[in-house]
Amino acid sequence: MKCFSRYLPYIFRPPNTILSSSCHTEADIISTVEFNHTGELLATGDKGGRVVIFQREQESKNQVHRRGEYNVYSTFQSHEPEFDYLKSLEIEEKINKIRWLPQQNAAYFLLSTNDKTVKLWKVSERDKRPEGYNLKDEEGRLRDPATITTLRVPVLRPMDLMVEATPRRVFANAHTYHINSISVNSDYETYMSADDLRINLWNFEITNQSFNIVDIKPANMEELTEVITAAEFHPHHCNTFVYSSSKGTIRLCDMRASALCDRHTKFFEEPEDPSNRSFFSEIISSISDVKFSHSGRYIMTRDYLTVKVWDLNMESRPIETYQVHDYLRSKLCSLYENDCIFDKFECVWNGSDSVIMTGSYNNFFRMFDRNTKRDVTLEASRENSKPRAILKPRKVCVGGKRRKDEISVDSLDFSKKILHTAWHPSENIIAVAATNNLYIFQDKVN
Amino acid sequence: MAGAAGPGTGPGAAGGDGDDSLYPIAVLIDELRNEDVQLRLNSIKKLSTIALALGVERTRTELLPFLTDTIYDEDEVLLALAEQLGNFTGLVGGPDFAHCLLPPLESLATVEETVVRDKAVESLRQISQEHTPVALEAHFVPLVKRLASGDWFTSRTSACGLFSVCYPRASNAVKAEIRQHFRSLCSDDTPMVRRAAASKLGEFAKVLELDSVKSEIVPLFTNLASDEQDSVRLLAVEACVSIAQLLSQDDLEVLVMPTLRQAAEDKSWRVRYMVADKFSELQKAVGPKITLNDLIPAFQNLLKDCEAEVRAAAAHKVKELCENLPIEGRETIIMNQVLPYIKELVSDTNQHVKSALASVIMGLSTILGKENTIEHLLPLFLAQLKDECPEVRLNIISNLDCVNEVIGIRQLSQSLLPAIVELAEDAKWRVRLAIIEYMPLLAGQLGVEFFDEKLNSLCMAWLVDHVYAIREAATNNLMKLVQKFGTEWAQNTIVPKVLVMADDPNYLHRMTTLFCINALSEACGQEITTKQMLPIVLKMAGDQVANVRFNVAKSLQKIGPILDNDALQVEVKPVLQKLGQDQDMDVKYFAQEAISAVAQRLRKLDFPVKGSEEPSAPGADKNHFLRPRGPGEDTGKGPAHQLHVNTRDTLAQLGTAELVHFSRSRD
Repeated sequence: MKCFSRYLPYIFRPPNTILSSSCHTEADIISTVEFNHTGELLATGDKGGRVVIFQREQESKNQVHRRGEYNVYSTFQSHEPEFDYLKSLEIEEKINKIRWLPQQNAAYFLLSTNDKTVKLWKVSERDKRPEGYNLKDEEGRLRDPATITTLRVPVLRPMDLMVEATPRRVFANAHTYHINSISVNSDYETYMSADDLRINLWNFEITNQSFNIVDIKPANMEELTEVITAAEFHPHHCNTFVYSSSKGTIRLCDMRASALCDRHTKFFEEPEDPSNRSFFSEIISSISDVKFSHSGRYIMTRDYLTVKVWDLNMESRPIETYQVHDYLRSKLCSLYENDCIFDKFECVWNGSDSVIMTGSYNNFFRMFDRNTKRDVTLEASRENSKPRAILKPRKVCVGGKRRKDEISVDSLDFSKKILHTAWHPSENIIAVAATNNLYIFQDKVN
Repeated sequence: MAGAAGPGTGPGAAGGDGDDSLYPIAVLIDELRNEDVQLRLNSIKKLSTIALALGVERTRTELLPFLTDTIYDEDEVLLALAEQLGNFTGLVGGPDFAHCLLPPLESLATVEETVVRDKAVESLRQISQEHTPVALEAHFVPLVKRLASGDWFTSRTSACGLFSVCYPRASNAVKAEIRQHFRSLCSDDTPMVRRAAASKLGEFAKVLELDSVKSEIVPLFTNLASDEQDSVRLLAVEACVSIAQLLSQDDLEVLVMPTLRQAAEDKSWRVRYMVADKFSELQKAVGPKITLNDLIPAFQNLLKDCEAEVRAAAAHKVKELCENLPIEGRETIIMNQVLPYIKELVSDTNQHVKSALASVIMGLSTILGKENTIEHLLPLFLAQLKDECPEVRLNIISNLDCVNEVIGIRQLSQSLLPAIVELAEDAKWRVRLAIIEYMPLLAGQLGVEFFDEKLNSLCMAWLVDHVYAIREAATNNLMKLVQKFGTEWAQNTIVPKVLVMADDPNYLHRMTTLFCINALSEACGQEITTKQMLPIVLKMAGDQVANVRFNVAKSLQKIGPILDNDALQVEVKPVLQKLGQDQDMDVKYFAQEAISAVAQRLRKLDFPVKGSEEPSAPGADKNHFLRPRGPGEDTGKGPAHQLHVNTRDTLAQLGTAELVHFSRSRD
């Protein structure tokens, strides 16, 4: 796996855990990672409701190896813990998803959401400051009004660059259940938010009204058999979106057909293999993430053990299926007991849709090359990733005899899971969130 | 200290031996960047004062450059700034210097907030008119070009709104350039810009030469109308209206109609919705001949569209469509080509469609005349009065006046009454509220006899509704009825029933009596107020519930102006004074309020007014809070008394508010 083994590790951690990564608090756990459309910025959200934005340094000729390192650009508190008094419900501040908006002027805009409320943030730079008061002198002392004989108009002077994050819109009160996804439409004026049973469509300018486009809530909640697990808009067709369900199916809806998209246009489902049926079949077939390819031709879905790629034109079965950690199939019982079986792993495409990446346990993450059909397991850990060292592929030993450098299934650490990853939109730079650490690896250039 | 003196203090407060007028201006300038948004906003709104004080020269060289870079501010400040700058030409030295205003407006035209951008564009359009033709080409046109080729789509969207103002006054060479820029925006990469261009297409077409409209605008229109994004296509429908007005019938048929037909059958329901929504405008723009040949069949399709939103939009337009048909042959067209489709909509599966139709269908009766109405429309009205959806029934009832003129309301009254009664007792209080609001109208049309016989009891029943909003509306309703039917009627039918409630065991009903008296006293006049109402109010001053007592005080204050001096002096004053000594501090407070109001009216010095009486000691205060007020009563205090609504009402409101908030309810 030549192409994958040349990633240089850079490690980033949230600012308050620099001293020791072993004593992080729950609030520092990274809950989402997302590059913006140019890849210049990378945003992370954590369980403490904070958003940290990293900016790529401009390339400099003197330091060839430090090409485009990412540094902290802005940090702000996006959501606070709340209490819904009417429903007697605690609302966590954890950031479930971040989505960048297409850039519309010199400022950057992103949507962040917790379980209930979506917020639109503006991140902007300020490098000038007005100077000169009429009623105060340079030191800020008040002047005697009697001495004012001429008027001064303030003058703007350059100052140190300041990055400000300001909340522009708050889209609240539209979700009864927990929001699992948000997705910006290619028409640049709407986005959707999906919770367990409903999907709402919002206009960026309007916060007091949203349109419910999908509602799968049965009249009687006892008849509930599936929930919405993820939803995303098509990258180019503003009328098309998909949503995945806990039953392992994906529905594609066309908003042109009708105002309510309860009836899907396409229904993607793979027939179940009867030989693989078990008590856990239903749980492990639940889709935890769905992503359109950049081209808009394919959909990728992640379930507990596999990543599947579907062609929009073929609903009957996926065109590609990749095993992420098939060796866990024999351990489903204990994974059920420790609740790991319900972990929601995400998956991402690389810029050209030729490679896909998704996470696993023991700080391992997996990449699959769709053309060569080769795959690699890499590890995101501080011990193994010395700056400028090349990441070594890892192997999990399946059979009885463990070779050197292999790790046995039984010694995997299930508390170290990589759920959230992101891939730069055009270059081979990846961001991997491992609990409270963010690792940014990039292709080595010679 | 000096800083505390706000800008409103005026020149007199400036003091010192400096220029008296400078101080307030200095404050205004400093507050342009105060931390408090409200103060900044204040300063921006008085920008003309600042500019006036600085003079045209310094405004141009110092103030405007500063404002150009002030785009970091809050939206409302930027919005005010954009608005101010539109009227600034005089303050920078007149039309010769109008171009100095372009830089700050240019930077405002690129901010992300649409309202600010739109206001900046509006101001730019205003200022463009003040430019001389030379200045326009030297300063304004380059600005438009800069915006049109800007990196960010915000600037390009703003440019779309500026072409039409500079085109008519530009030279031919520049005109060609402007058209070229507009063309490229129509095929911009970002849908935002294409949408902005599409929405300004009609406006731009109006200022173009007819040849250019045909050779350039029509192809652009055709392209936008077949854009891959339906959000762009639907805006082309609007442009269609303006373009159609410019072309001859023949050109219209060849150049526009194919696109319009295609839009009416677009795959996307939103585009078809837009056609339905703009139908009246389209109808006027294309003229009667094309309407008959093309639009009526298209309308029929829209009325039976598979998407309920489209059907509802079309149903809304039924009346306007019929009204705008040429009078000659109108009846036949409606009877044969429209009515059959309307009949089907009456039993539509979607309630929004039915209620949209119900809101306009009554209007057809004036167009079709008495016979057709009785024969064809009346059965539809009757069916809708029995509809399961309250909104449909309400919409019919609210438009009864149209039918009344044509066939008289008696035709309907047999079905009307059950419908009204059912709505009056609907489980949703918002429905009850809506029907109450139509009561005065209904009463006027049905006449006093019918009202007394059938509806009076309903109106009284609402007074004891368990929802406060209904009781309040019922009170106002009584006042309107009295205005309609006169005081004698009030004295015989309403007042006795209201006054009886003063002895009700429920304190909320007793308070309703007071609210009714507040509302009715003015309409009933001095005599009834003094003889019948006042004794009851005074009697209630001894009520055991504090809420009733302080409402007595409020009522006395309210009806005071209607009473004569004797009654005030002899009857009201002692009672208020007694209430002024009440042990409840709220009762005391409102009694004092009433006393000072009444005293003002009497203008008598012996009336004791203790304006600044100390509130009760903390201990007593606490006591007051804990003191039980009788079974099931509010224990709120202080300002909360303004909101004395029982909790059930509040919850009901909240519950319904949530439903209404996302009212795209499903069937």
